[in-house]
Amino acid sequence: MTAKEQPAHIQLGMTDGEYQRVIDVLGREPLAAELAMYSVMWSEHCSYKSSRTHLGRFTSEQPWVVVGPGENAGVVDLGDGWLAALRIESHNHPSFVEPYQGAATGVGGILRDIFTMGARPVGVWDPLRFGPLDEPHNRYLFEGVVSGIAGYGNAVGVPTLGGEVEFADRFAKNPLVNVMALGLLKKEQLVLSAASGVGNKAILLGNATGRDGIGGASILASASFEEGDEEKRPNVQVGDPFEEKKLIEACLDLYERGLVVAIQDLGAAGISCATSEVAGNGGMGMDVDLNRVHVREHDMTPGEILMSESQERMLAIVTPENEAEVLQLADRWEIEASTIGEVTEGPQLRVFADGELVAEVPAASLADDAPKYQRPMERPTDLDDLWADMPPTPVGENVANLLRRLLDDPALGDRSWISDQYDHMLFLNTVIEPGHNGSLMRIKGTTKGLAVSTDGDSFRTWLDPRRGAARIVFEAALNVAVTGARPYAVVDNLNFGNPENPEVMWQLSESIEGMALACDELDLPVVGGNVSLYNQTDGVDIYPAPVVGMLGFCDPMPLTPPRLDRAEEGMTIWVIGPEVENDFAGSAYDRVVNGAVRGRPTDVEGDVARRSIAAAASLAYTVPVLHDVSAGGLAVALAEIAIKSDIGFIIDGLGSAELLDETPLRVIALTPEDELTTGEPHRRIGTMTGSLLDFGDAGSISIAEARAVWANAIPRRMH
Amino acid sequence: MTYSFEVMIRRKPGLSDPEGATTHKALKDLGFSTVEDISFGRVITISLEGSDEATAQQDVEAMCEKLLANPVIESYAIVATT
Amino acid sequence: MSIAVVVFPGTNCEHDIVHALSLVGADTDLVWHTDANLAGADGVILPGGFAHGDYLRTGAIARFSPVMSEVARLADSGVPVLGICNGFQILCEAGLLPGALVANADLKFICRPIHLRVESTDSVLTRAADVGQVLQVPLNSFEGNFVADDINRIETGDDVVLRYCDSSGDVTSSGNPNGSTNAIAGITNGARNVAGLMPHPERASEAILGSTDGMVLVESFVESVRMATV
Repeated sequence: MTAKEQPAHIQLGMTDGEYQRVIDVLGREPLAAELAMYSVMWSEHCSYKSSRTHLGRFTSEQPWVVVGPGENAGVVDLGDGWLAALRIESHNHPSFVEPYQGAATGVGGILRDIFTMGARPVGVWDPLRFGPLDEPHNRYLFEGVVSGIAGYGNAVGVPTLGGEVEFADRFAKNPLVNVMALGLLKKEQLVLSAASGVGNKAILLGNATGRDGIGGASILASASFEEGDEEKRPNVQVGDPFEEKKLIEACLDLYERGLVVAIQDLGAAGISCATSEVAGNGGMGMDVDLNRVHVREHDMTPGEILMSESQERMLAIVTPENEAEVLQLADRWEIEASTIGEVTEGPQLRVFADGELVAEVPAASLADDAPKYQRPMERPTDLDDLWADMPPTPVGENVANLLRRLLDDPALGDRSWISDQYDHMLFLNTVIEPGHNGSLMRIKGTTKGLAVSTDGDSFRTWLDPRRGAARIVFEAALNVAVTGARPYAVVDNLNFGNPENPEVMWQLSESIEGMALACDELDLPVVGGNVSLYNQTDGVDIYPAPVVGMLGFCDPMPLTPPRLDRAEEGMTIWVIGPEVENDFAGSAYDRVVNGAVRGRPTDVEGDVARRSIAAAASLAYTVPVLHDVSAGGLAVALAEIAIKSDIGFIIDGLGSAELLDETPLRVIALTPEDELTTGEPHRRIGTMTGSLLDFGDAGSISIAEARAVWANAIPRRMH
Repeated sequence: MTYSFEVMIRRKPGLSDPEGATTHKALKDLGFSTVEDISFGRVITISLEGSDEATAQQDVEAMCEKLLANPVIESYAIVATT
Repeated sequence: MSIAVVVFPGTNCEHDIVHALSLVGADTDLVWHTDANLAGADGVILPGGFAHGDYLRTGAIARFSPVMSEVARLADSGVPVLGICNGFQILCEAGLLPGALVANADLKFICRPIHLRVESTDSVLTRAADVGQVLQVPLNSFEGNFVADDINRIETGDDVVLRYCDSSGDVTSSGNPNGSTNAIAGITNGARNVAGLMPHPERASEAILGSTDGMVLVESFVESVRMATV
């Protein structure tokens, strides 16, 4: 049977079991438009049917959480009437098909999730994963994605303040494009998505509806790619950052005037999702007239209008008294608006086209009745062998020589090829820009500071999903702590392979467990997240790639927060934290120098983590330079400080093993005097001086040479 | 011999065209109210060596497929202008 | 004394320049682009951003906004007018400044601090600076590459007020971030009351942002506005 001869529900990506479930819910066979709605809303991307059972493991409550998972973004309290909204999303499959637009629309989507809460978006971060840059196609994807994020983010007027990047073979045909966004709002501006008030109007704001991405969520994000999948390719959405900017200003204006009862952004599953969720969340129903939708194409079927994923659209619930003013306001901001429906008692969502009822479903069922699968999990059979294959400890090696290779690695070298394309200065809030550890932003008119770090480690997560995922949480927490911020809230992006592969389900479950345990150790609420599954091509799954978006908060912010470029001649170099534990499994050294990913990463004790993080956050108020030790160990961390500050160093008495070890939760601190005030174990390891990176017996290299290698890591591969 | 071509790169129908929509509105605001539709593409003028026009055009087609047009969102038309 | 800051759909740096102006006690008024009334404006600033998404050509649609005829009228009458980044692009499209801004030489958006050398203090942008002064100010643009048919006239007329340079103030190719003709970063009109520059002085307005070098340019403009209203 060819693709076109299969039954409708199969063509739409549903299983026979799911189709039967629809019949059970409706008590009858579905109409065409209804089937279209269920197929998208019950897709993996929209319903999380394979992961929902595991996500309950996260803790989301803390006294400072105002809105937890379930709304469009998580919201936390910053005190004095200030709130922050945060969310992370993936746009993986669309970015493989069309990297620029896939990434651009990913940015657009996450921003809408923020300003739909009443917040002005103030920052974007992009954790990215690609295949190695020596392959032309990977370069094409990398360049397209970064351009797309830059093109959209800069034009829409939100600074992109950081991110991270990994390169591995397993991402070549499944690049990962995750985007995190942060917004700021005053308490009274908070808006939720639950409709209320029978007779209230549903107004569609923004772009005209066209055939963009029809079935994009269900067809693209819920299935793996295979050779010859050309039919799936035209489902590309095109982003319009100009429209989005107008939409942001219009919505913020609406909120300020108190004109909106509830609002929801349109993303995957377009109008069908927005109307059903807004109604369902409020326990109401809605009547929708598709003829009232402002459209770009004039011959669309009802199913197409319902499923369209045209970008830059919002659905606002407005009282009849305010309807005229809202439409006028939209006109003033030069965006289109149409009243497409009305809130009803419910529980039905009724959709009309040309006077006929084309769909009638219980509004809440599209979200609430989605299947929930307990897919089988299986620990990989070769895992014990992989763990037993511990990497050799690099003893007596010339670290300067190894640095030439490590600093040349695109994930370790200078990433300003990426970050210089992003406007990170807009709004005059950026205190620590890309290229240091966590981002740090001020809130003008207050003493408050917000820090953000996005972190992932797909190599260690592949080796041991539980330990790997826990370490990511601790590293992200440390990355914000070194700016002076206290780790405050987490959003997670879980990027995994095909959930029908029991080993992938095991990775997912173990990763969630590891992250949850680590978050609990730090009293960190998980206020939202995203799951992206089916990242598999031709039967090969990606490395498990959970990504953490960490928000840190400080009040007051340090007056002069530590930076990597503030080292000066004569400063003492300290290492603070636990003793090294021969930690090379999944290390940059093993990967870059030996070409291997093997062994079992060490475990991290919660107590050690809490103390290191607290010590770092405290030191950030007094020392000029603070740097967490991660990929490439002390050697790379020290090199980064030397290169950015343009001062060399002399390190006493450390061999290559200690210099390259990646035992987590250690920080480097620099002090002008020869003393360090901290309650944590610490050790003096050297002095900043001269123009050489001098490791003593472990070799030396000039700053100039180290910088040349580091600065060229990405550029030399892109020409 | 040198052959010349013009390659018209057009956006595939149905795809959102933000530039087109914005320019359409700008024209309307300037008083050009009769415009029904406007969309943006690119014109690439290319001259190349070839043994004959047909072969040269084939070469241009190959260039379009490989680089000049993005088949996901664009279609192309080649006009010989020698 | 009040400075009008014009906002087009897509403009995004208006609050930033208002903030920088407030640091020197200047009063501002945000004016929406369909407002054709700039009565009472003693100075006009077109801030940075992406007016109309930069669609068609950057600044090409904004130049026809109702407010621009007012801006032109005020410019004609000698009122100080400043275009920053996108604002500079709009002034060029509107013919209030010569030349045009096209894509950076390497076809990538640039966001980083660069160095500028003050070439002339005879403009509303640089009157409070010194000739030869080197300033560190951020550049954040995709189309910052200045080109002009009449480049010789601009040079001989001393209309270049800022040039890209290296940290020691030398105009070198490595100090030119976007390939701009003759490393031109900012210019003035013949009457010396309209100026435009690609870098963002408001982004170098506080120590916490990394540099305060932009303030001498902001102060120059405010001073020019004050002098013109006397």
